[in-house]
Amino acid sequence: MYSFEFAKPKTIDEAVAALAGEEAQALGGGQTLLPTMKQRLAAPATLVSLNSIPEMIGVCVNDAGHVCIGGATPHAVVAREAAAHYPALAALAGHIGDPAVRNRGTIGGSLANNDPSACYPAAALGSGAVIKTNTRDIAADDYFLGMFETALNEGEIITEVRFPVPQKVNYQKFVQPASRFALVGVFVAKYADGVRVAVTGASSDGVFRWAEAEAALNADFSKAAIDALSPPEGTMISDLHGTDAYRAHLVKVMTGRAVAAA
Amino acid sequence: MTQVTMTVNGKAVTRDVEGRTLLAEFLREGLRLTGTHVGCDTSQCGACVVHVNGNAIKSCTALAADLDGASVTTIEGMANPDGSLSVIQQAFQDHHGLQCGFCTPGMVMSAAALLKENPKPTETEVRAYLEGNICRCTGYHNIVKAILAASGQDVGAIAAE
Ligand SMILES: Cc1cc2nc3c(=O)[nH]c(=O)nc-3n(C[C@H](O)[C@H](O)[C@H](O)COP(=O)(O)OP(=O)(O)OC[C@H]3O[C@@H](n4cnc5c(N)ncnc54)[C@H](O)[C@@H]3O)c2cc1C
Ligand code: FES
Ligand code: FES
Repeated sequence: MYSFEFAKPKTIDEAVAALAGEEAQALGGGQTLLPTMKQRLAAPATLVSLNSIPEMIGVCVNDAGHVCIGGATPHAVVAREAAAHYPALAALAGHIGDPAVRNRGTIGGSLANNDPSACYPAAALGSGAVIKTNTRDIAADDYFLGMFETALNEGEIITEVRFPVPQKVNYQKFVQPASRFALVGVFVAKYADGVRVAVTGASSDGVFRWAEAEAALNADFSKAAIDALSPPEGTMISDLHGTDAYRAHLVKVMTGRAVAAA
Repeated sequence: MTQVTMTVNGKAVTRDVEGRTLLAEFLREGLRLTGTHVGCDTSQCGACVVHVNGNAIKSCTALAADLDGASVTTIEGMANPDGSLSVIQQAFQDHHGLQCGFCTPGMVMSAAALLKENPKPTETEVRAYLEGNICRCTGYHNIVKAILAASGQDVGAIAAE
């Protein structure tokens, strides 16, 4: 790892000021960024830790009934503290990586990174969450712009994520056993105004909504409703863990399981 | 350089560290607590697991400067005050939960974190909790058995595999 200056602000304002510096970068739980820096694929001049900012850590429910999670909240805390308010989200957080990763990795880091196989992007897109930053609110539908790409500007930090709680919901993760990320993960959520189906791990464009399945499930929320559909095969990731046809197949199987379990 | 103060195994320590100093380096090179092992250095293997403020984390993937003020427990802090092995450590010895021993410090720290959260885990729960701890020798079976025994459960019926 190359040398860098280390900053540990106590407030969002201090963090934003520190991130305005030349080649400064935010540090969440470091579960992705530190290995990347060890490989010298990232070399910030200043690393700004978001881990000592109390206003960015914790879970609460706002007046609208939305579950609000501070941007620097570790997965293990979400698994514990969101369990009473949004059990499916807590369960998703509780199955990310392993216990030690969950004690450090944060929701903000996961959404900022937008790994094509990560779990939280599916929850945020599938729930129609709002990603709140130091400058604005971004709807999940406008936030994910492709593999490792998001709507965040340089120096912008995720301070909170707000999740409307669905009537019925389930996340099905087909684990890639070596990395423990999702080989394919499908998040199905039924709201009063419609069903959302978000798929992670599968597409080379990163997390996406499977619109065809949403339409079918809006008409009939049952596993049988998607039997005749086929996920968009040509855009799937093909690598040593699975071909695009295999992933497309898994998308359908996992969607069916999520609907049945919701 | 940044000055960092931590409580490590009950003792207050203060050191100057670089921003890039990993907690694992701080413990091993700074404090000469070499019981914490670095197996992969890529957050995969769990040999470096220690407790920070009571939570198990991978010390190869945390910066010492980020943990200023924290309370850290390493494998060196696990024995009883009289120096005898703790219940978990003794169970690893009694049930042959180690061979080369490289993964053992991380396994013991993960096991201690599990039993604090869940004092009587099932075999499935133990295996799930150890997902981030890799062992190249034992085949895991005796590690799982040792942890179940340390939780006070009868492991007589669990056959050696
Ligand atoms: C062994 C292992 C297994 C894993 N398994 C899974 C899995 O199954 N599913 C899954 O979803 N993930 C998994 N992960 C990823 C992990 O859970 C973290 O979510 C991920 O590493 C990023 O979060 P972080 O807080 O560690 O971010 P960091 O590594 O600190 O940062 C990642 C990026 O986000 C930026 N950033 C951090 N916080 C913010 C913020 N608040 N606002 C704006 N930008 C920010 C950083 O600048 C950096 O670019 C795994 C990781 C490991 C090491
Ligand atoms: S050395 Fe830290 S996880 Fe392997
Ligand atoms: S005992 Fe050798 S790696 Fe586990």
